[in-house]
Amino acid sequence: MGVGIEVTNLNAWYGSNHTLQDISLHIPANHATALIGPSGCGKSTFVRCLNRMHETNPIARVTGSVRVGDLDIYADAKPVQVRRRIGMVFQRPNPFPTMSIYDNVASGLKLNGYSNRRVLDDIVEKSLRNSALWDEVKDDLKKKSGASLSGGQQQRLCIARALAVDPEVLLMDEPASALDPVSTSKIEDLIFQLKTQYTIVIVTHNMQQAARVAEKTGFFLNGRMVEFDSTHKIFTNPSDKRTEDYITGRFG
Amino acid sequence: MIEPVTEIRISQPHIQRQAPSPDEGIKVKAPPPEPSPIRQYLLTRGNSVFADRLFHVLMVLCALTIFAIVGLIAWELVTSSKLTWDKFGFGFFYKTFINPVTNSPLYWDPVNEQFSAAPFVYGTLVSSFLALLLAVPLGVGLAIFLTEMCPRALRGPLAFLTELLAAIPSIIYGLWAVFVLVPLLREYVNPMLTHTLGWTGFFSDDNPTGLGFFAGGVILSVMILPIISSLTREVMSAVPHSQREAVLALGATRWEMIRMGVLRNARIGIVGGIILGLGRALGETMAVTMVIGNTPEIHKSLLSNGSSMASVIANEFTEAVSDMHRTALIEIGLALFIVTIIVNALAQLLVWAVTRGAPSQAH
Amino acid sequence: MYEESLKSKMRAFTDHAVTALAVLATILVVTPLVVIFGYLLIKGASSLNLAFFTQIPKPEGENGGGMANSIVGSGVLLGLASLIGIPIGIGGGIFLAEFGRGTTLANAIRFTADVLNGVPSIVMGLAAYALIVSPHVSFLPFLGHFSAFAGGVALGIMMIPTVCRTTEEMLLMVPHAVREAALGLGVPNWRSVLSITLKTASPGIITGCMLAFARVAGETAPLLFTALGNSFMSTSLNRPIEALPLQIYVYALSPYDDQHRLAWAGALVLIVLIVVAVSLVRYVASRGVLKGAS
Repeated sequence: MGVGIEVTNLNAWYGSNHTLQDISLHIPANHATALIGPSGCGKSTFVRCLNRMHETNPIARVTGSVRVGDLDIYADAKPVQVRRRIGMVFQRPNPFPTMSIYDNVASGLKLNGYSNRRVLDDIVEKSLRNSALWDEVKDDLKKKSGASLSGGQQQRLCIARALAVDPEVLLMDEPASALDPVSTSKIEDLIFQLKTQYTIVIVTHNMQQAARVAEKTGFFLNGRMVEFDSTHKIFTNPSDKRTEDYITGRFG
Repeated sequence: MIEPVTEIRISQPHIQRQAPSPDEGIKVKAPPPEPSPIRQYLLTRGNSVFADRLFHVLMVLCALTIFAIVGLIAWELVTSSKLTWDKFGFGFFYKTFINPVTNSPLYWDPVNEQFSAAPFVYGTLVSSFLALLLAVPLGVGLAIFLTEMCPRALRGPLAFLTELLAAIPSIIYGLWAVFVLVPLLREYVNPMLTHTLGWTGFFSDDNPTGLGFFAGGVILSVMILPIISSLTREVMSAVPHSQREAVLALGATRWEMIRMGVLRNARIGIVGGIILGLGRALGETMAVTMVIGNTPEIHKSLLSNGSSMASVIANEFTEAVSDMHRTALIEIGLALFIVTIIVNALAQLLVWAVTRGAPSQAH
Repeated sequence: MYEESLKSKMRAFTDHAVTALAVLATILVVTPLVVIFGYLLIKGASSLNLAFFTQIPKPEGENGGGMANSIVGSGVLLGLASLIGIPIGIGGGIFLAEFGRGTTLANAIRFTADVLNGVPSIVMGLAAYALIVSPHVSFLPFLGHFSAFAGGVALGIMMIPTVCRTTEEMLLMVPHAVREAALGLGVPNWRSVLSITLKTASPGIITGCMLAFARVAGETAPLLFTALGNSFMSTSLNRPIEALPLQIYVYALSPYDDQHRLAWAGALVLIVLIVVAVSLVRYVASRGVLKGAS
């Protein structure tokens, strides 16, 4: 089961660049929420603030609060702990090149010290089934390396890897942008199934994708969140003119 | 936000709640589901702050050993050469004593504890510059051939061969020089040089052994050739093709294209490569020791026996009995250390300036 | 009709002359290499027999014997050197690539490492002598006398800059995405660097270590007054020890033909070791450093 995310007055800087300004919103549990906006508007930065990944950049700074379920992820926990509960799938598939498919999926657990072989087998199978990859790789789990799969398969492998640690939230930063249309639609089907078990936040520059998979959508522009509402409303009757301009393709 | 809603049923004994009256229909929030075993396990894992910090510190320490090594070498050499420095000062490097018996210059006299490093400085400089004289044209020529003229099929094997040349240890060059090069010089080359160029004063025939500055310079040139060649190749390849094309478009011949389009742009880097080669030549020990003759004297003739800073240390250190003798040798080592550091630092700066910080692979 | 002027003929001539000179330079460079290898093979191969690898040197003047003690001694010295040089070098490389990227400290360390690479090996030997062999520290173990320990340390610190720089280069080639993937799973940084980044770059790092190993395997000067040499078989770190290049040096300068013969044989063994290492390095490098990385 997923949890909701409460963001209050989030501000983010990269050095002196004020990338995010006063973001406040509530992401509902067990739903898919899409974040759209032109490139450079800060939606990727926002999502990376949700699992403290932006801190991997030494000049990054954040104020404000982010509560995931009952946990204030900045005040009450360290980045490593936060990232075990909030998973992330990146824009370009990034399976570990030296590991087999099995080891890739199990890596989040093995690298955190878990070693029970039977349980790992179960989890690997369950995660691969959940990411619709099991049938394609079940015979080559330990023989093939993670990098030998096609782009779409690699991305589903990364999703399986993220799911294996049983996160409460799954963040997806433009997960299908580097993939062909067939893989893209497979991943969108996946999101549909996954959102019953997890809370999903998906960043996308593809508005049709947002309309297809998400119940709620947020429109970002220049580091601010302009509008956050149900997807239906955003795409049919947006309240803000800037949203309407973006939707209708006047810029971005 | 949608919240899960469950009616409490009496048949679920583990839920300790009062059953509502049938007509009330109270809606109560169900307790959140138990976290899965995986989630529970991961929650027990710590925040690894200590481990990360420890790791960071260890890595910093490893990196700092490089500073420590340089500092330690400098410290040991300075403190161990104090004796000689106190006695002779800076004159150690150029003073000339006179042998009262023969009335000829005497530099290195362990018996009477009179030490001057002048012949070794001379020998190092002479052999190194001779090596450069021979290696630079050959090395640059090889680099030009490999980058601009070589048929594609030959390039790989030739580059591999050059790499092998760089990998051969000094002792093997020395071995070959003693048994092959020196006899060659003795029988054929030296007499010819004396015959044709003896009038310059740089070649005289009073050393029949074949050893000497010239032998040292020749073997040194073979050893520093790969460095000069590979660095020249590197900086030549870094020149963008547009430069070459621009010159060719003006109707230049291939050599003119190389000269104006490539060498002109790469010359700072090539100079850097040459200085790097010089740095290597200054410190080269084994091969030089075996062929330079190990005589602490200064002569104009390149064919006479001599000695270099590195070679005298290699030759005499284990047999040095007196403290003064040993510290004199250590002071020579200190001078070598300082000079090679300066030369190499200069070369690195030049090469870096041209290749813009791309990692050097010339070692 | 276009007339070829004298100047244009001169230019063409110069062009051809330079080409000829470049080819000549190439030939002049390749020749000594071929000749050296030829001599090593011809003079060395005939002396390579079982006795060479199993016997220790005979007393001066007697014929026969072998260089078993120098092969074993080189093994001991190189083992100690690797134990010192490889971990510290890799640690330094990890710092430069993972923690210090872009900082002034890292730039200073990198520069110093490159400069240190150019310090003559005899100076390294002198420093090791002053540090370890010099009599004034004779109250501590391993210190105060010639020993394999001193030689191993001298060789080990020579390995550090090379291993450090190649480790850094290889780690920098690991795509940032791989690191992000590990961190995103909540893997601690230290674990991510060691188990993911280092492992991904390991083919290249291993070849860097091999290169450093091959380089110090042939070094003689730093051993002259640290390991000193030993005519008998010894594996003790606390006593002088023989090494292949050292023994070659002594034999080359000896008046006995039989010892010259052994010197050639030893040189052949040494060069084979080095050629194998260099060829392996080239082979791994050509296959691509990152196996299977996208």
